[in-house]
Order: sequence, then C-alpha cells, then structure tokens
Amino acid sequence: MSTLMESTRELVQRLQSGETAVSLTQSCLNAITSRDAAIHAFVRPIADGALADAASVDGRRQAGETLSPIAGIPIALKDNICTQGVATTCSSRMLEDFIPPYDAHVVTRLREAGAIIIGKTNLDEFAMGSSTENSAIGPTRNPWNTAHAPGGSSGGSAAAVAAQFAPLALGSDTGGSIRQPASFCGVVGLKPTYGRVSRYGLVAYASSLDQIGPFARDVEGAALLFDVIAGHDERDSTSVNRPVPKCWDTVNQPLTGLRVGVAKEHFGAGLDTEVEAATRKAIEVYRSLGATIVDLSLPHSKYAIAVYYLIACSEASSNLARYDGVHYGHRAEKFSNMIDMYKASRAEGFGAEVKRRVMLGTYALSSGYYDAYYLKALKVRRLIRNDFDAAFEKVDVILSPTSPMPAFKVGEMSDDPLKMYLADIYTISANLAGLPGISVPAGMSSSGLPIGLQLLAAPFEEERLLRAARMFENATDWSRRSPELNH
Amino acid sequence: MLTRDEVLKVAELGRLNLSEAEVEQFTQQLGKILGYVDVLNEVDVSNVEPMAHVADVSNVFRDDVARQSLPRGEALANAPKSDGKFFLVPQIIEGA
Repeated sequence: MSTLMESTRELVQRLQSGETAVSLTQSCLNAITSRDAAIHAFVRPIADGALADAASVDGRRQAGETLSPIAGIPIALKDNICTQGVATTCSSRMLEDFIPPYDAHVVTRLREAGAIIIGKTNLDEFAMGSSTENSAIGPTRNPWNTAHAPGGSSGGSAAAVAAQFAPLALGSDTGGSIRQPASFCGVVGLKPTYGRVSRYGLVAYASSLDQIGPFARDVEGAALLFDVIAGHDERDSTSVNRPVPKCWDTVNQPLTGLRVGVAKEHFGAGLDTEVEAATRKAIEVYRSLGATIVDLSLPHSKYAIAVYYLIACSEASSNLARYDGVHYGHRAEKFSNMIDMYKASRAEGFGAEVKRRVMLGTYALSSGYYDAYYLKALKVRRLIRNDFDAAFEKVDVILSPTSPMPAFKVGEMSDDPLKMYLADIYTISANLAGLPGISVPAGMSSSGLPIGLQLLAAPFEEERLLRAARMFENATDWSRRSPELNH
Repeated sequence: MLTRDEVLKVAELGRLNLSEAEVEQFTQQLGKILGYVDVLNEVDVSNVEPMAHVADVSNVFRDDVARQSLPRGEALANAPKSDGKFFLVPQIIEGA
C-alpha cells in the first residue's frame, strides 16, 4: 500500500510525530521513477533539490522550530509556474530551454512554508487545452485508465495526485483547467477567486481569467494549500489586498442553513446520464445534511463558451506576442529578415492549438472585427456576471457537474477543436465572472472512471466553499477511492 | 465563413508562418468556430458596459524609487543570441 493513501490531516500528523520529510519525499520520488513512464504526469522530477529541501525541513523540525502544517509535504507544480534555476517549459518547444531567473510568488510562499517541490508537471501547451494532449512532450494518461485522457490543461498535476506521486499539486485554471482534470482524475481541485492568488511568475495565457490553485486528495488538502498561496502580492497589480481566512482550521466545521442553488441550464443537452445521476444524488446528499435546495436560472450561461473563446484567445494573442525569438525562447535558424525571424521562430516553437488560438484572437481583435467579436464578448461577459450576482443573493453555493462527461479517450476529441471547447461548458463561467469553484469526487461511471461535482461560490467566499465541499466529502466515500496502482 | 486570404492576413498580423496544410486546416476550423460564436448575435447588449476585468481595476501606484532589478547577466541568460551586453538581432535597416 502506498504511503499516500491517507487523508491530508493524517499525513500532516505523521510528519509532526516522527516521520521524516526525507523518507516521504523519497517514497514519492520512487513512485515517480517506477510508475510515471505509464502516466507521464511529469515533465521533470526535481529529485536532488527536493531531498535537500526535505532534509532542511527535518533539521528545522528536530531543532524544535514550529513549522507550517504543510512543511515537509511534497508538491508537484504545473510547468507554467516559474521555478528559479529549473526549466519551465509550458510543455512547449518555444520554452524548452527556458530557465527562469526568479520564482513565482506561489513558489516563494511554498518554499517559505517548507513544502517540498518534487517536480514540474505536464500540461496542454501554454495551458491551452482540455486534455493534456497538446503537449510538445506527448500526452499524460489518466491513472484510472491509461487509454483515457486526464483532462487539462493541468492534467499532469491532477494525474500526479491521483497516481499518488505527490499528495499535493498546483495547477492553473483559465476556463476549467484545474476543476475538469480534477474531475477526470478523481481528486479535489480548487480555482480561487480571481485576484486571490498572485499570478506573478505564472506564464500568462489569458490574464483576466488565469488563476493558480490547488489539487489534493481531499478538501482538507486543498484548504491547506490554499492558505499558503493566497494573499496580496504587490508584483501582481490584480492581486487583491484583503485578509485571507485560515481554511485549514475551519474546513471541518459544517455550515448551518446552507443554501444550495441548482441551475436548470446545468442539466441540458449533452450531459452524460451517469454524470447527471451522480449530480442529482449529490443534491440529495446536501438535502440530507440539512441544506435548502434552491432552483435557479443563469440565463446567459449558454453564451459562456463563445464569450470565453473570444476573450481568452484575444488575450492569448496579445500575451504570446512576446515570443519573438529575441529575449528568450526558441529562435529559428533560417529566416530572411527580422519579421521573418519572428514568423519562422513562432511557426517552429508553437504547436497547432496555440497557433489556432493566436489566429482566432488576432482575428477577433483585428480592425473591422473588434466590435463584432471582442467588444461584444466583453458585454455578454458582464451579463454572465450579473446572472451570478443575482443568484448569490439567494444561495451560498451553486452545484453542478464539473464536466458533462467522464474522461474521454486519448485522441477521441483531438480532431475537432470546437467539440473539445464545448465540453468546457460548466467550468468556464466561473472564470468569466471571477468566482471561486471547486471540483470534488462524486461518483464513478460504469466503466470505472471518476465523476466530479462542481460547487461555485460568490467572490472571496473560498472559506465557506471549502466547508460546503468538505460536508459532501465527509458524507460520502468518493474521495477515498484510488485507482489500482501497478507497483 | 472565412476565406483563405483572410487566414493569410491574420497569420501575417499574428506573425506566424503557416504551411499550406495549416492554411487549409485553419480556414476550415476557424470558420467553424466563428460560425459558432455568432450565437452572441442573439443577445441584446445595448446599454451593457463591456467588462474587460472582473475586479474593479484601477491604477495601482507605487513610489518611484529605484529598486534592485535583474542583473544583466541573468536577464541575458535565456537569450537565443547575445554578446554578453545586448540581445543580438538580425540587421533591421536594409542597405545600412
């Protein structure tokens, strides 16, 4: 049996009562060495650095220092989060040799708290995708069934937690890229409120939507990691300066008088019947816990995918203009002049999905189309946010499926980008509106694949969101299931 | 929906060399995606303010004091070509 089968709180207690960070880190590294060839969760493990960091934490603990509960716990980082001196590739040929000269804010926070960074995980190139197939180093596989995708774009981080390579991981969520892979891999994934976690050192995809957040085996783990990474940072001018609750201390307190909203738009065409059944069962779980169920409507949610792809691609086309083959990143060998150097370098450095999104965004922002596409999308975005503002006057959380389906097969969706985009239907609105959202395991399909439940809350209500999710987790045993691991 | 010439123009604006196969593929795929986003035309957005950002973004100021920045060597370390002092680029002004 793996050492990571236990709950996050048990893991913290083990470290506080004698187990060394070195031995825990070594067991994670051993698991990666023996089993990651089949999963491909990691772009690269960081073995030497991790063991040195673990030894330092053990030394501080033995010296009697009071440490953060996260001290000594191994964590995997999505490879779009900058790590000083360690390559950060975004799973792109463009950045295959990029070694950041600084740590992302979240990395600084983790190091200060004594978490052990054990490796960088695979993603859809520049976080653009929903399957982790758009990676220059090849796809990640779902630990529950390696014929299936882990979801994306943070598929490597989700798979690393599901396969028990690491008890915790960080991902980034621009349209569902934490919650959907959490759902596909049967783990917990939290997207914080926009502005809650500094994006300093997160390689930008769509800056008004991107947010870093935790993966864990249980809601407590997500709370623990959230506490460490949340809070103001002056290096990200959109990071919000307001107090951060101590979720680790309160996550086990059930909420009384909880009002759970259920929107009819979340049960429409295209929803898998087993996912729908699991979601309806979850509603009954909340009812049995004393929650009031409130029927809602979010009338503009059907426009969310169109709005998202216009805004995200527009922002991406602007953000990715920096990859010009001059300051860092790939430069082509052969070109005829300066402009051609840009074009050739970008043609060689970017994969198909990145090019597609740069093209779509460039088109939507171009003269003559700006009003019809980009500006229009920004207006509908406000209507989507208004729907949520009205809903959260009546409810504390909104419950829905995380994804309309369990994990699809590797290759099943890759020929049809639009079909892949449409599968993001339930997660995208939270990014457009800036809301916190969480996915928790809530069932298994008849073919043995996990099903995720999504809860959304009003901005900055992560503390209550985590408590509400923990109530469900404690009332069911879905979070305690693990895929069979081939040792 | 989208013409081949439009795709070539957008590729030029986006600074991407595309292969013949990519031009064909993007013409078809982007056309399909743009067809889908036309669903937004059914929404009445008169009197709706665009929302570029969810946070009430305002300017964030700080005092204009010099701070330590990245040392030159580290700033140049990831450059595809540098002479240790500057980023090197191909000749820009023709005939110079």
